[in-house]
Amino acid sequence: MGTRSSVVILSEWDIVAARQLGRNEAREVGFGTVDQARITTAISELARNIYIYAGKGKIEIERISERGSIGIIITASDEGPGIPDVRKVMEDGFSTSGGLGAGVPGVRRLMDDFKLDTVLGEGTIIKATKWIR
Amino acid sequence: MPQKIEWQYKEILRQYLMSQTEENLYAGQNLSRQLIKKNIAPEEVISIHKGALENMFPELPMNVWNSFDLLIEMMIRYGLALSEHQNLIQQQEEMNIEIDLAANVQSTLLKTTVPKVNGLEIGLITVPARKMNGDYIYFLSDNINNAGVAVADVIGKGIPAALCMSMIKYGMDSLQDATTDPKRVLDIINRIVEKSVNNDMFISMFYGRYNVKESIFTFASAGHEPALFYNANKDDFTELHTKGLLLGVVPNVTYKQNDVKMENGDFVVMMTDGVTECRTEDGFIEQEIIISLIHSVRFEPAQTIVDTVYKELEKMQNFELRDDFTLVIFKKVI
Repeated sequence: MGTRSSVVILSEWDIVAARQLGRNEAREVGFGTVDQARITTAISELARNIYIYAGKGKIEIERISERGSIGIIITASDEGPGIPDVRKVMEDGFSTSGGLGAGVPGVRRLMDDFKLDTVLGEGTIIKATKWIR
Repeated sequence: MPQKIEWQYKEILRQYLMSQTEENLYAGQNLSRQLIKKNIAPEEVISIHKGALENMFPELPMNVWNSFDLLIEMMIRYGLALSEHQNLIQQQEEMNIEIDLAANVQSTLLKTTVPKVNGLEIGLITVPARKMNGDYIYFLSDNINNAGVAVADVIGKGIPAALCMSMIKYGMDSLQDATTDPKRVLDIINRIVEKSVNNDMFISMFYGRYNVKESIFTFASAGHEPALFYNANKDDFTELHTKGLLLGVVPNVTYKQNDVKMENGDFVVMMTDGVTECRTEDGFIEQEIIISLIHSVRFEPAQTIVDTVYKELEKMQNFELRDDFTLVIFKKVI
């Protein structure tokens, strides 16, 4: 496992800090401009969800390499209320109509791999991975 | 594959910068069509453009290159919106297929056979406004002496209304006796509906029974559109009224019934509010218009009458049905 760095999300400004961290890491790992923008957008969405729904949480960025491929894992974790209906937030059209923007389905599209764990009353952990093509 | 696209784009760009012709623009549009097919996101296209420029004009100022990075950032969400849109379209197609299947199941489930009794012609048309029908027709007949018809309408249309109809069907199936009085039929169906339907679902129903031996049409109504009776001798139309509560409101209702004696050429027109509430841009189509329409084809066979009325009303409404449309005619003939 590679290096790991993180940003605590408490205010809207922290979203920008998380984006900055993600973009720097993505650039250093070797992602192209478009993928840098995608990774940053995914981080932005995850950080915004923490800020709006949980109030407090953390974005971690980790470099990984596996079987000759290199990539990045974003981990968004919070101790917020949890997501009552995961299928619903994964649905297209749901998040956008609710004013979330790209939301969870957007993050899933922007990244290669996506995992979500949530417990009501305890919080949510989302891990999203992107590989250099 | 992306490399090939990059090359194609660069070539088109080079051509266009040399001469700004419509032909070169057209080539660009054709390429964009291919890109959409291959799910190439807008941000990718800008990146391809930037790459091509870098290759052709490496000496351009830094500001130009930086501006593309902002543009790429701006386009990420457009790309997401596009792919979400494509996904939703696919889901919609799948849903349409499912509804088509459901509509098929419904029409098989709710199939009813038009009875054949001597001295009576029956005309029937029922057209759903959407894919599934919230109007329901059920014939109950001994094929000798009695022909009964139930015309029911769930308030509302589409899938919820259609689901509701299966219940009426099973209620009617439990009545095997074609001599059952219309008021009894409504009493029984009302009890079934009241037990199994939410309070916000209302069904109106008309039940009419024609007795061949006595040439008498007996009818009862649960809050349904009145039927029209055409008297050939007097050459006029009257409404067949009976009072009665909508189905499913309260459990024990005693419905009333009335009789009308039918002579040769007389007929009864039963319908749902999809007929009486036909609308054009100027408002509802008046009952007089519907009556005069029926009157103009009164000597035709019952099926021709209903078909003609439907076609004319459809035309008047610019072929847009707002509600499920059902028309049944019982016509006494020799």
